[in-house]
Amino acid sequence: MTDHRAGLWRRLTEPKSLDRMAPLPALLTYAALIAWSVVVLFPLYWLLITSFKLPVQVNDGPDYLPFLDFQPSLHAWEYLFVTVGSDTLRPYVNSLVVALASTVLATLIGSLAAYALVRVRYRVKLGAVLAFLLILAGVVVGVLRFGIDWRVALAAGTALMLLVLLTLAPRLRTAVGNEDIQFWIISNRILPPVVVVLPIYMMFQRLGLLDTHVALIATYTAVNLPIVVWLMRDFFASIPVDLEESAQLDGASRFGIVFTIVLPLARAGLAATFLLVLILAWNEYLLALFLSTADAQTMPLLVAAQNATRGPQWWTMSALILIMIAPVIALTALLQRAIARGLIVGAVKG
Amino acid sequence: MRQHQSFAEWIDRAAGQIMIWPAVLILLAFSIFPLLVSAYLTVTRFRLAPGGFELRYVGWLNFKKLLFGSQQYHLLGTFSALTATDWLIFALAAGTAAWLFVGAVRSGTVGTVGLIGRLIAAAVLLALLLLALAVTGDGAFPGTLVVTVFYVLAGVSVQFLLGLGLALLCAQRILGRSVFRVVFFIPLTVTPVGIAYLFRMLADVGKGPLTPLLAAFGLGEVSWAADPWSARLVVLIGDTWQWTPFLFLILLAAVENQPRDQVEAARLDGAGDWQVFRDVTWPAIAPVAATVVLIRLIEAFKIIDLPNILTNGGPGIATESLTLHAFIAWRTQDLGGSAAVGYTLLAVAVVCCVSFFHFVVRRARAHERP
Repeated sequence: MTDHRAGLWRRLTEPKSLDRMAPLPALLTYAALIAWSVVVLFPLYWLLITSFKLPVQVNDGPDYLPFLDFQPSLHAWEYLFVTVGSDTLRPYVNSLVVALASTVLATLIGSLAAYALVRVRYRVKLGAVLAFLLILAGVVVGVLRFGIDWRVALAAGTALMLLVLLTLAPRLRTAVGNEDIQFWIISNRILPPVVVVLPIYMMFQRLGLLDTHVALIATYTAVNLPIVVWLMRDFFASIPVDLEESAQLDGASRFGIVFTIVLPLARAGLAATFLLVLILAWNEYLLALFLSTADAQTMPLLVAAQNATRGPQWWTMSALILIMIAPVIALTALLQRAIARGLIVGAVKG
Repeated sequence: MRQHQSFAEWIDRAAGQIMIWPAVLILLAFSIFPLLVSAYLTVTRFRLAPGGFELRYVGWLNFKKLLFGSQQYHLLGTFSALTATDWLIFALAAGTAAWLFVGAVRSGTVGTVGLIGRLIAAAVLLALLLLALAVTGDGAFPGTLVVTVFYVLAGVSVQFLLGLGLALLCAQRILGRSVFRVVFFIPLTVTPVGIAYLFRMLADVGKGPLTPLLAAFGLGEVSWAADPWSARLVVLIGDTWQWTPFLFLILLAAVENQPRDQVEAARLDGAGDWQVFRDVTWPAIAPVAATVVLIRLIEAFKIIDLPNILTNGGPGIATESLTLHAFIAWRTQDLGGSAAVGYTLLAVAVVCCVSFFHFVVRRARAHERP
């Protein structure tokens, strides 16, 4: 009897061969994975059915199954796309423009910088950097504390900096190299947006660019640049340098090499980086809250706006969140393989 | 034609500069310059004036108010007397820090900068520990600083363990792996604002889908939003739902990348699952794990959307994070206070992230490459 039981136990827990799973662990694995799938999918299911509910159905308590518990209605979708159609479309287009433009810019500029950090040797005089920071701080204090016109202060600061560069800099010894520049660029990501958003707001106010695409695109590009440099650097480092050297012997220019050899070889990394940055830009809320009001309003703001004076409009909010997720999931499914491969190289060598 | 060629040559010669300067200029304009302006804001008081605004220099008054004055309860919390156990815990931590520091000095391999960095890190982390001990206990109440650190520590560790567990499960020979992979990725694509509202819907007492379930457990009448810890828990659940996919995705790639032959050799030698994990998988994925935790750590300090929308920071200030604190201060036109809170967050985040980088990520990587 005990023998029989032990045999059954072994059959359940031990695989028949090395590349097969035993029945019991397989069962538990599927149970765990399906449980987490429910955790992930149920909230989305709830969004979906809420977008088809009437206000009274939402307010009366939980209804789970369309057609059985409640009669689905298209009123929220109709309201969003027919009644206030242009008010929905405008933020959507704004979000598309801002997210795509800033992602393309960040990926391009960041990739070039990452490549340069891998292949070009930089020496920057530490003294010049410190002098630059001091002068910049002087300009800031001069403008804010002593009310000097910012153009005057900027001109004076530039002149002073040139003077330092021409006279003092050649004598300085201590220099910072690629590692330090790289660390500086990446560490910018630690900066909480809330620390820098006020000055950025003031800056765009001065330039008359508040509530425009330009302000959002420029800010998002800057915020996501460090991630691009971080992830792309190791892709470039893993590309054998002799490929580039032979192209150079054939007379190709540096930029020619980058665009015809290096970037195509790193396309898995580019795809992963592009998608990650796109998601971050597409979903960003805090900066958009400061920098845009009406004309450049993005989708996250529109979602939040559904919690207006009449209380949260759960049905339209759900529909909006769904149309925000849809394109990203489509893109993710397309780029899935590249993302997994792309993220790991960046992360392995960090 | 000649002109054209020399221009192309110039471009080629200056390529090294042309490639890096756009990135540097953008970061100078959108990080360094705003950082300096913010630093100035921390020592001023903002006031609307005819035809604009004025900034009055007030010295370190903003920090004084937050650390010792009328806003102390908000940033640091309300203190209770430290008990003997609290002191014991703190003494143990301080002793460990001192022991590690002496070890670093004795080893002779750490430079002056390294020693100063270690001192700063130890001071900040011990101060945080002391603060955390002081704001827990009878009648005490944590402020936004401790709440943020709690979100970061609890959130990142739970998300890491969940992500790692799911990655290990998903890396086995199972059917529908790519389906699970796509499904698990989805929460990452939802805007944090949307997640916050979504969880407000789900956690709604009475109208939410979990109402019958809670009622079955006799929790039907419990209002999670009224109790500090349950409100924080709901914020953490939302955060975990959103960020576990990120850790899962990268850890899965790392697990799939582990040396297959070593795993099979270990199995042939009769190693169990746990032994294989400890001896083969973990050493192979440790560098990736450390880096991905660092990335998550950096982002975790910035949490705002969830507490802002889910609980509006409440009950009271129980779920307020530092970023939300700064945002609320900004909304009441206390720009100096807002910048001061922002700088506090920056200081804590920098010390934590840089320490983690030096003591964990570097080591994990050094371990990988002998």
